[in-house]
Amino acid sequence: MKQARSKNVAITVFIALLLMPVYWLLNMSFKTNQEILGGLTMWPENFTLDNYVVIFTDPSWYNGYLNSMAYVTINVIITLLVALPAAYAFSRYKFLGDKHLFFWLLSNRMAPPAVFLLPFFQLYSSIGLFDTHIAVALAHCLFNVPLAVWILEGFMKGVPREYDEMAYIDGYSFPRFFIKVFLPMIRSGIGVTAFFAFMFSWVELLLARTLTSVDAQPIGAIMTRTIGASGIDWGVLAAAGVLTIIPGLLVIWFVRNHVAKGFALGRV
Amino acid sequence: MSLTLENLSRIVDGVDYIRDANLTFEAGSFNVLLGRTLAGKTSLMRLMAGLDKPTGGRLIYNGEDVTGQSVQRRNISMIYQQFINYPNLSVYENIASPLRLAKMPESEIDRRVKETAAMLQIEPLLKRFPLELSGGQQQRTAMARALVKDATLVLFDEPLVNLDYKLREELRAELRDLFRERQCIAVYATTEANEALALGGTTTLLHEGHVVQSGPVMDVYRKPVSTLAAQLFSEPPMNLVRGRVFDTELSFGEDTRHALTQELANLKPGDYWFGIRPSHIALAPANDDDLEIPVEVALSEISGSETFMHVESRHFDMVTQSMGVHQYHTGAPIKVYLPMNKLFVFDTHEQLVHTPSLASGREV
Repeated sequence: MKQARSKNVAITVFIALLLMPVYWLLNMSFKTNQEILGGLTMWPENFTLDNYVVIFTDPSWYNGYLNSMAYVTINVIITLLVALPAAYAFSRYKFLGDKHLFFWLLSNRMAPPAVFLLPFFQLYSSIGLFDTHIAVALAHCLFNVPLAVWILEGFMKGVPREYDEMAYIDGYSFPRFFIKVFLPMIRSGIGVTAFFAFMFSWVELLLARTLTSVDAQPIGAIMTRTIGASGIDWGVLAAAGVLTIIPGLLVIWFVRNHVAKGFALGRV
Repeated sequence: MSLTLENLSRIVDGVDYIRDANLTFEAGSFNVLLGRTLAGKTSLMRLMAGLDKPTGGRLIYNGEDVTGQSVQRRNISMIYQQFINYPNLSVYENIASPLRLAKMPESEIDRRVKETAAMLQIEPLLKRFPLELSGGQQQRTAMARALVKDATLVLFDEPLVNLDYKLREELRAELRDLFRERQCIAVYATTEANEALALGGTTTLLHEGHVVQSGPVMDVYRKPVSTLAAQLFSEPPMNLVRGRVFDTELSFGEDTRHALTQELANLKPGDYWFGIRPSHIALAPANDDDLEIPVEVALSEISGSETFMHVESRHFDMVTQSMGVHQYHTGAPIKVYLPMNKLFVFDTHEQLVHTPSLASGREV
C-alpha cells in the first residue's frame, strides 16, 4: 500500500515536470505582453484571446499553417503511394540484393538533413521548384519513404501469403486484391506510417525553411521571424506555439492504439 | 472430366519439391494425399492450383493443357490449414465473394450463400465477422466459400489440423458426405494414416517429393508396394524385422527358428524384410502357429484406452499397440506373439513379395 502510494506520487511529479513547459506555453498564450514581461504569474490575470485573434486574422501568420499543412499532406500522400508497393515487394518477393537494398533504405535516415541542404537548394532553384509546397514535400520524402517502407513491410509480413492466394483463387485480380482486401487488412499499419511521416514533416524546420522564401513558408519559419521593431511579441508567439502542437495531438489521438506497434516497425 | 499430371516436377535449387508426378484425378472422386511433413503434399496442390509454376511436365484438364494458366482463370477452390477468411467482411460477404467476382445476379448469390451456409451449419453466423468465430466456425466459413462456387477442383491442405479432436472427427464426417454427390475433383492432404482411412476414396502416398503409391485406399493399405509405403500408411509405422527363410523354417536371429505356415510356404530361401502392424502384435497367443518372441520392454506408454510399447530383442526393436491399459516396467522380460497370417514380406530391395491373405471377417 505504502509502496503503491509512493509510486503514484513519483509518477505525478514526473508528469507534472513534463507538462510544465506545455503549461507555461498555454499560460503565456492567454496573457498580454505586459503581464508576461511584468512578473511571475501562475495563471493569466487578464485573460485574453487577442493573441489568437492576431494569428487567425493576419495572413502572414495563418498562411504559415496552411503552407505547413499543404506540404505535410502532399508528403504523406506521396510517401504512402510510393512506400506501399515497395513494402509489398519486399514482403512478398525475393530478388537479387533484396536484403541489402532493404538495409540501405534505413541507412538513408542516418544522414543528417543538413547534408542534403545544398544539393536540394541548387537543384530546386535551377528547375524552378524553389519556394513551392511540392519542393518541401519531395525533400521530406527522402527521409520518410525509407522509414515508411520499413514500417509497412513489418505489417505486411504479418499477413500470411495465403490471403493473397485465396483472393486470386476467388478470382481477384492483383490491383483489386491489393486495394479491396490487402489494404484494409493493414490499415492500422498505414495509419501508423502516415503518423510517422506526418510527425517528421511537421517538425522538420531546416529543409522547409531553406527551400522556401515567401509563398510556401512554413509556420516554424514564421515563428522565428517575429521580432519586430517593438521587440518580441511573446503572447502571439506562444499562441502560435500552442496551435502548432494541436495537429500533432489530433493525429496521435487517432493512432494512439497502434503507435507502439509502429515504433517496433510492425514487428510486435 | 479428369485432371492428369504428366511428369509434373518442381525442382528449385536442386531440391525436389515434386519430381515426376504422374497421376490422374477423376471428376467426382475424393483423393487423399498422404505423407509426412515436407513430403510434397502442399507443393503438389500448389502446382495443381497453378499457384506455383512447375519446372517440368504438364497439367492436363479434359485433354486441354492448362499448365501455364493463371489461378484466376481456373475454377478451383483451396482450403488452408490456417483459417483464412477476409477479416473485414462478414461471413455472408466472405461466402459471397467468389460469386460477386463472377458477376452473378444478386438473387442467385443470396440463394447460394444461404444454401451453402445451411449445409455447413453456419446460417446463424452470417452477419458476424470471421474473427468473432471459433476455430471450427472459421474453418466452416472457409469451406463454405470454397464450396459455394462449384469449383471443378477443390483442394484441402490439412484443413483440420488446427481444430480439436472432437471437432475434427465431426467435420471430417460431414466433409465426406458433402462430396458424395458432387462432380468435382476433391484433393485432401493429410499427415495421418488414420484420417486417410476414414476418408476413403483414392489414396496417394508421397515421400520426399516422389509419388510412392497411388490407388483405392484399401488396395494401398493392404498391398503396400514397398516397405516405405507400408511405413507411411500405418500409424504407428509398421514394424520391419530382418529375417531369413530356410527350406521350411523362418528365423529372425540365429537362435529361434519357426516353422513356416502354409501361407508362407512358397517363399524361396533367402533374406527378407518381415512387416507387421503394431496392432497385430499380441501379448498372448491366439493361434498355435503364432511366432513367440521373447523381448524386453524399453518403454510403455498409455494413450487413451490403448497401450503402446516399445520392445527390444537382441536383433530388432518393435512397437506394439494393444487395447486396454497394460502396465509393464521398463526392462521387464515379456513374450510377444506375431500371427503368421498377418505378416507382410518384402525382399531385400524392400519391394513387396507377399501380403497377408484376407481371411473372411477378419481385419487386416
